[in-house]
Amino acid sequence: MGFEGIGASVRRKEDVRFLSGKGNYTDDINRPGQLYAVIRRSDRPHATINGVDIAAASAAPGVVRVFVGADLAAEAIGGLPCGWQIHSKDGSPMAEPPHPVLAVGKVRHVGDPVAVVIAESKQAAKNAAELIDIDYTDLPAVANLTSAVAAGAVEVHDGVAGNLCYDWVIGDKAVVDGVFAGAAHVVKLDLVNNRLIPNAMEPRVAIGDFDTSSGDFTLYTTSQNPHVIRLLMGAFVLHIPENKLRVVAPDVGGGFGSKIYHYAEEAIVTWAAGKVRRPVKWTCERGESFMSDAHGRDHVSTAEMAVDADGTFLGLRITTLANMGAYLSTFAPAVPTYLYATLLAGVYKTPVIYCNVKAVFTNTVPVDAYRGAGRPEATFLLERLVDVIAHDTGIDKLELRRKNFIPADAFPYQTPVALQYDSGDYQTTLNVALTNAGWDGFEARRAAAKARGKLRGIGISTYVEACGIAPSAVVGSLGARAGLYECAEIRVHPTGSVTVFTGTHSHGQGHETTLAQLVVSQLGVPFDQIEVVHGDTSKIPFGMGTYGSRSLAVGGSAMVKAMDKVIAKGKKIAAHLMEAAVEDIEFKDNTFTVAGTDKSKTLTDISLAAYVPHNYPIEELEPGLDETAFYDPKNFTFPGGCHIAEIEIDPDTGVVEMVNFTAVDDVGRVVNPMIVEGQVQGGVAQGIGQALLESAIYDPSGQLLSGSFMDYTMPRANDIPSMSVATENTMCTHNPLGSKGCGEVGAIGSPPAVINAVVDALKDYGVRHLDMPATGAKLWSIIQAATPRMAAE
Amino acid sequence: MYDFAYQKPSSLADAVKVLSGDPDAKALAGGQTFIPVLKQRLNKPSTVVDLSKLGLSGITVSGDKVTIGAMTRHADIAANADIKAKIPGLAHQASLIGDEAVRHRGTMGGSLANNDPAACYPSALLALGGTIKTDRRSIAADDFFQGMFTTALEQGEIITSIELPIPEKSAYEKFRNPASRYAIVGVFVAKFASGVRLAITGAGQGGVFRHTEMEKALSANFSPDAINGIVTSPDDLNSDIHASAEYRAHLIGVVSKRAVVKAA
Repeated sequence: MGFEGIGASVRRKEDVRFLSGKGNYTDDINRPGQLYAVIRRSDRPHATINGVDIAAASAAPGVVRVFVGADLAAEAIGGLPCGWQIHSKDGSPMAEPPHPVLAVGKVRHVGDPVAVVIAESKQAAKNAAELIDIDYTDLPAVANLTSAVAAGAVEVHDGVAGNLCYDWVIGDKAVVDGVFAGAAHVVKLDLVNNRLIPNAMEPRVAIGDFDTSSGDFTLYTTSQNPHVIRLLMGAFVLHIPENKLRVVAPDVGGGFGSKIYHYAEEAIVTWAAGKVRRPVKWTCERGESFMSDAHGRDHVSTAEMAVDADGTFLGLRITTLANMGAYLSTFAPAVPTYLYATLLAGVYKTPVIYCNVKAVFTNTVPVDAYRGAGRPEATFLLERLVDVIAHDTGIDKLELRRKNFIPADAFPYQTPVALQYDSGDYQTTLNVALTNAGWDGFEARRAAAKARGKLRGIGISTYVEACGIAPSAVVGSLGARAGLYECAEIRVHPTGSVTVFTGTHSHGQGHETTLAQLVVSQLGVPFDQIEVVHGDTSKIPFGMGTYGSRSLAVGGSAMVKAMDKVIAKGKKIAAHLMEAAVEDIEFKDNTFTVAGTDKSKTLTDISLAAYVPHNYPIEELEPGLDETAFYDPKNFTFPGGCHIAEIEIDPDTGVVEMVNFTAVDDVGRVVNPMIVEGQVQGGVAQGIGQALLESAIYDPSGQLLSGSFMDYTMPRANDIPSMSVATENTMCTHNPLGSKGCGEVGAIGSPPAVINAVVDALKDYGVRHLDMPATGAKLWSIIQAATPRMAAE
Repeated sequence: MYDFAYQKPSSLADAVKVLSGDPDAKALAGGQTFIPVLKQRLNKPSTVVDLSKLGLSGITVSGDKVTIGAMTRHADIAANADIKAKIPGLAHQASLIGDEAVRHRGTMGGSLANNDPAACYPSALLALGGTIKTDRRSIAADDFFQGMFTTALEQGEIITSIELPIPEKSAYEKFRNPASRYAIVGVFVAKFASGVRLAITGAGQGGVFRHTEMEKALSANFSPDAINGIVTSPDDLNSDIHASAEYRAHLIGVVSKRAVVKAA
């Protein structure tokens, strides 16, 4: 077996079932007597509902019930709640319009659910759904940020003036304006962060089950955080107390953020199961997921940096419009504020920063956190801006970065935008990345490419991000309506094997392996005697789930705390068994030893004594060896690093080929290097997707043009180059593991590296900036427009 | 999909009879377009007539032509040694259609009968000047394609085989839609003793078309330089979120030259 603790590339134990078709995904679950739900969705971007005629659908073969929005309203079923409240700069709370489970009165985006058919088969439900006659009056729609904030734009929600959800600021505008007034250079950049559609491999599924004898509800759902769903749906929507509602999120095939949120379909199937007193299953189809899963990104920004003559950053001023879509998804308001604007210092010493974010409603699918959530937007803006500063001032882009880096000896470092970074070493990650990428040999490669008729470019991104969100009191003061601690239970069984119950959730990350490795290292239990259980509110004491690369930094830290409790109790038992003082007991390698003697007991000896307490300090100590801990993080963690992309453009077609990609990330303590490498590779693939391929496109009327894989370009394996992935780690200083998180670094660091490389390749064509995705068609147009000018010069 | 009746006739006559007698009956060849369309409920056939028991697959070479059964699958065309030797452009083209799963189910006859404006095969048939054989007649390639998703086939008429003259040289070059991987511009070039034929798929509003100006230039001088100055008008070309008509017009020149290089 060999070493299987922290630092070992143990093969992922869960892959045996995933790769052999033995996974237990929500759609694999079928309940006795199960019915099927099909949702009739709006095909209109914006319309008044004059009436919904369900008579024909209700009478169709196999149909059990048809429900519309009024049915839920009649039972005072709540709207979908938003989990974060932002206040505008004038102190007023954000506009928080109702988000009904089924539309009432109006539909506000293509895909808005209007009615649900519950039938004996999916086919019967589909047939009947087509018979629902919805009488609409179409309304003008606002399909993008620019049109939504234009004077006289139609209101997505009555009374939400200017479609403005909030108008939020961070920083002191007067101070920043003052710095700009005296700066040698002011470099300005307008940029767009393109809207993305997550497309997890497994579409969403929800099954509502109702036990007619006990009155208990169970929801099986494709969720990243079953306890959060239980809380939101139980307390705010369906009014079911926790003891009567179980939420199970079994194997989940990818989330990337899109499965954090509480969705209408979860409430529909649970509520409907109670109504029809039979289980109700809904399985999303791919086309349906394009118009019902929360989308990601979608910012329009203007960024300005004040720079002194030698290239020192003096101040940063930013305005951003952030698209919320038609309704507020669970964590949407937090993304362009506390996960974006607070990252705008990046890896730089910029002393003053001002950012104004206007969150805007549009007639589009709700937008929420997507892998990286705000930090990719911040990183793209900053790392493009730094390259543009280099372009405009003529200062070398590496020199510019080095000059402005927060130095390694400056940590903990307080940024001007609220965050305090605990650790990092940006010069080192940059240096290693430059070496690994062969930066110095690039000009020779560019020349060789030119001889082949190709335009070769290299691009760099030096970034920091924030994970493991974050002290509950802090996020509470910033508007979060939840705590962000994590819970772990360590159950040492009588014979010394261990079951870990974690409130985090694995949907591809490999927690069943990584978290077991923590137990190997701390308790010395063999890997194959450790089981990790997650994803079921009836088994796990509590949990906040997995997102924001928090599972190890927060969930793992809760495990460490619980294992500390196990060891502390074990020492008391060992002291009793070996007739020694507790303070003389040492624990190491699965063994309790009386210090300075050869007297020892294994963890198994102790656990057996704990569960068979014949010789046991029963007066002072409870039997059993099962400890639960909650860990509330003291701060965010701050992974960072350097990504370098190398690309070639075919000038005849504009098509970009990714040639090389180098990532050197600082993710803190690495538990499983193989899994970290895989997480970075996957994140980079998503970043390349955003940079070169993916774009959710609405036409001006609000119809989604990129509504299927025929038109929405997901990256394929052959779009992704072999990549060099390495880590250069500094430890997180405030959690017991030192881990920072690795799940999102790839998607955060890579998009600006790729676009910087594309811009570099086009430098002879006078290109200063271009927005993502850098498609062949877009680059061809740029090359075409520049060619006559070049010929003339 | 909607409910439909399913028949799998074992004779061509029976298949023709069902399809001729019912305007809502549809033939199932490989199903790689048709089945997704059914699943999306975009088509509501009364009966689906499965053509897989009609013995219409197979590849034969005789004299100066290759005959391909209508139900021959893309993967078999791509792997066939005779086609690789005689019409390498066609073998390569078949290897670029869809993915492995599609190539092992989709058929040449099915694709040609569907005449998707972004499908690959129409360009081969047209550039090679092939002939469509049906249950009742022969149709020359130049007469077969009649605009996107429209062909000369009559109600109930079934393609049985495709006859393709063997050219001296052939090549296919495909510029893919990045999302769907269909052709944004696909160019098939075939050089015969009598001259060069060059057909373009994916670009035209009316589906596949021959580029006669390029054909003329290449017939005089079969080299990429021969078509250097030839400009294609964007007027009748498709425009969508992936490629403007102007981009397609430009790509026709680039892709055609690459096809000629590959063939030469």
